[in-house]
Amino acid sequence: MSQHLAEVAGTAPGAAAPRALRLAERLRARIGADRVLTDPAQLRTYECDGLATFRVRPAVVVLAGHRDDVVETVRMCARDGVPFVARGSGTGLSGGAMPVADGVLIVLSRLRSIVSVDPDNARVVAEPGVVNLWVTREAALYGQAYAPDPSSQQVCSIGGNVAENAGGAHCLKYGFTVNHVMGAEVVLSDGEVVHLGGTAPEHPGLDLLGAFVGSEGTLGVATQVTLRTIQAPESVRTMLVGFHEVADAAGTVSDVIAAGILPAAIEMMDALAIEAAEAAVQCGYPHGAVAVLVIELDGPRAEVDEQFRLVEEIAGARNAFETRIARDDAERALMWRGRKSAFAAVGRISPAYYVQDGVIPRTRLPEVLAEIGRLADEAGVRVANVFHAGDGNLHPLILFDDKVPGAAPAAEELGFAILDLCVDLGGSITGEHGVGVEKKSKMARQFTDADLDTMQLVRCAFDPAGIANPGKLFPTPRLCGERPGVRTADDRRDPSLGEVF
Amino acid sequence: MASVRGARPDAIGGVVPAEVVEPATADEVAEVLRSTRGSVVPVGAGTKTGWAAPPSACDVLLRTTGLDRIVEHEPGDLVAVAEAGVTLDAFQRRLAEHGQMLALDPPEEGATLGGIVGANASGPRRLRYGTVRDLLIGVTVVLADGTTARSGGKVVKNVAGYDLGKLYTGAHGGLGVVVSTSWRLHPLPKAAGAVVLPVGDAEAAGRLAAAVARSTLTPTAVELSFVAGGRGELVVLFESIEASVRAQSATALALLGGGEERAEVPDWFGRRPEGPLVVRLAYAPAALPDVLAALPDGASGTASACTGVAYAALPGEADLDALRAAITPYDGSAVVLAARGPLDAAAHWGPVADSFGLMTRVKDQFDPARRLSPGRLLGGL
Ligand SMILES: Cc1cc2nc3c(=O)[nH]c(=O)nc-3n(C[C@H](O)[C@H](O)[C@H](O)COP(=O)(O)OP(=O)(O)OC[C@H]3O[C@@H](n4cnc5c(N)ncnc54)[C@H](O)[C@@H]3O)c2cc1C
Ligand SMILES: Cc1cc2nc3c(=O)[nH]c(=O)nc-3n(C[C@H](O)[C@H](O)[C@H](O)COP(=O)(O)OP(=O)(O)OC[C@H]3O[C@@H](n4cnc5c(N)ncnc54)[C@H](O)[C@@H]3O)c2cc1C
Repeated sequence: MSQHLAEVAGTAPGAAAPRALRLAERLRARIGADRVLTDPAQLRTYECDGLATFRVRPAVVVLAGHRDDVVETVRMCARDGVPFVARGSGTGLSGGAMPVADGVLIVLSRLRSIVSVDPDNARVVAEPGVVNLWVTREAALYGQAYAPDPSSQQVCSIGGNVAENAGGAHCLKYGFTVNHVMGAEVVLSDGEVVHLGGTAPEHPGLDLLGAFVGSEGTLGVATQVTLRTIQAPESVRTMLVGFHEVADAAGTVSDVIAAGILPAAIEMMDALAIEAAEAAVQCGYPHGAVAVLVIELDGPRAEVDEQFRLVEEIAGARNAFETRIARDDAERALMWRGRKSAFAAVGRISPAYYVQDGVIPRTRLPEVLAEIGRLADEAGVRVANVFHAGDGNLHPLILFDDKVPGAAPAAEELGFAILDLCVDLGGSITGEHGVGVEKKSKMARQFTDADLDTMQLVRCAFDPAGIANPGKLFPTPRLCGERPGVRTADDRRDPSLGEVF
Repeated sequence: MASVRGARPDAIGGVVPAEVVEPATADEVAEVLRSTRGSVVPVGAGTKTGWAAPPSACDVLLRTTGLDRIVEHEPGDLVAVAEAGVTLDAFQRRLAEHGQMLALDPPEEGATLGGIVGANASGPRRLRYGTVRDLLIGVTVVLADGTTARSGGKVVKNVAGYDLGKLYTGAHGGLGVVVSTSWRLHPLPKAAGAVVLPVGDAEAAGRLAAAVARSTLTPTAVELSFVAGGRGELVVLFESIEASVRAQSATALALLGGGEERAEVPDWFGRRPEGPLVVRLAYAPAALPDVLAALPDGASGTASACTGVAYAALPGEADLDALRAAITPYDGSAVVLAARGPLDAAAHWGPVADSFGLMTRVKDQFDPARRLSPGRLLGGL
């Protein structure tokens, strides 16, 4: 029966988890000793995902080599009430794949076969550990592409993308992961295997797949995914535009959309982000630019050519001082390299940094960027902005020196102030990185208790025992027996976090 | 709010509601659900009566047409918020004033946004723009116990929490009453043109549709009207700027090896077929010829050719089980939209999948007493 999360997940930080260790012994017998890790030195590798400020050493790591390893592991976890966390490539930036201290971490990165490529139906079936970019490479052999392209696409996994409903630069026109996932084989938290969606575009019944995508590992583990591919466009044209004022760049974004043009991508970087990217990859962005836009249009040639010309005009009217048009794939790649490497590049100009991910209605861009600047000045912190401007999806990179006492918390505080700003303007606390462990306290800022209780209904249907990635996504773990509206007064400290530093 | 007792006996499958209520606000909807104990069937304009199985009970028919306010439209954000009872027509008229549209085109005249979400209704333009699940970015619902809850919001990109809008899409009111919706919009196309081509048989149509799908053309819709075993007509619709419509039409003529350019689509375009038994077929897109071949003699209809969806009118005595078995290899399904007599849920929806246990648990969480649209969903949920 359903157990309280506190009982399931809670042991003292760092304490050996006897239940999980006994489970490890049985797992070794079933799926092979080399796939089940309990040696603390080996476990260290898996303490955190891309958000390294949150670390927890799991009791057991299972390196799944086959779908059945996942089924077996989850079944045993369910029987013993041991929590489990799925992990793809571990590039998540909200601590979604952070382990549970006395739980099992199921690593899926070895499940990396592309099961089938079916260009006539525009489908690719992939195991969860398949890297995002491989899907596009495979589809490209048939003149097709997989549209969602997170900046981490060279390493992040399809399973992780599905769990986070990952976005990317081209989601402005093509939509997010959820718009491109047609089906999934999912291991539920009791070990049952179900198939959601499939190859056809619709299936009778409730859209459980739609609810599963973006559920951050809390509704089960995807062991196979059916993706939709798109036909590669006839023409792709990319320009890089330099501005002396951030507001002009932001205004250009709104004007382009208002003109009825839907670019494949509009990405923006501010002065600090440009500086970082230049230092890292020498992308040759316009000298002296305070902001640049990377604008890409794709589609039928006649449409792209005319709209491209219009975009140039619009940018000109907004005081663009330099417009470069990629003449070939190499130049296009260089424009994108600066953008896609920006996160990592910031590491060159600051000892440490913290990436935030919030969304605002696109028309509020100029105002929000000004406000972020003001908040940063007030806090005495530098913020580099690099983001999906067409979607209003901000990624402020908050720079700090981790050797200076108090600098990290100050950076985090600024990040959270920016999220409040997003919510106040009608936006969201996350556009693509997910809530994870990092932002769960902010969920209550964006949603009412009734909203959150309603989401819990889904959780309780999929995972009544609360053992699938507990302690993530929701501000307060709740018992599935509780009816909405009945809440205990004490807001317990979440024990599933274990050791956090 | 308006409330009618002893409603007219024009109900579905002989099920007559004891009462019809027409709330005008979300709060009134919540009040209805809190103050009644029996079964409640939410409906919109009444255009898709047969799309779900008949309810096993209907104490209250809750009509949401009174929730008819367009709450917000921010043209620069390409986003709008409207209540469930707003009709698609009224919504489109309002958006068009700013050169925008909601890129949904189900043909049922007078359909409300709530009903479109509840029934997951779409039309030919799904090829280009997707369906409700791709365009609905936020939703407010009233649950069986009267709780009002919101999911998503009014920004296009938003991954905070579970996306409940997906769950309510196609739920036929079985998980809650949709009271408000937010949508991603698109600019109205500046120009349009169609290429129309008669085709000899299903196989030829399938081959041509596949050629279009695998080309770099970006049609808004590729529609086929067909008569099983007989001839058909294929329409490729382009919507873009003038120069692109012209260039793409020329390419399409060459690719199809014939056809003619027309400014307008033919009359049948985007209409649902009519007949004693109308079904919606969904299948792996490339299986179009096989699916058409599986249809009984006398069937006719339209297919959204590159997407894997078709609507067919079948003879009244058609064997649904046989049709379903024949299209299973293509991940196919056939759902009844209209039937002469009442059909039970199994006959209406077809067989359940291995996720049915999970679906049942979702229904039980949202509606533990099974009050909302009881029996109308897959498997009699
Ligand atoms: C430099 C950099 C750039 C980035 N750019 C973007 C970007 O542009 N857009 C974007 O959306 N994200 C971006 N990210 C974030 C990250 O890459 C994505 O969230 C990605 O989807 C995570 O994939 P992963 O395989 O690394 O998942 P992990 O980090 O391993 O896991 C992420 C979450 O998914 C769950 N999970 C993993 N696999 C499964 C599965 N098979 N079944 C169920 N749950 C599972 C985990 O439990 C966890 O909650 C970026 C990250 C970095 C480091
Ligand atoms: C039991 C029963 C008795 C009826 N009795 C009468 C009667 O006495 N008098 C009369 O005039 N008509 C009656 N009707 C017909 C009714 O008004 C509609 O014709 C029909 O039920 C539904 O129309 P529609 O909602 O499909 O169209 P749409 O409005 O397009 O709705 C499509 C689907 O969405 C669901 N839905 C609609 N709005 C919402 C919403 N806001 N939230 C959640 N789901 C929604 C519906 O349940 C339906 O499944 C009855 C229908 C039923 C089922």
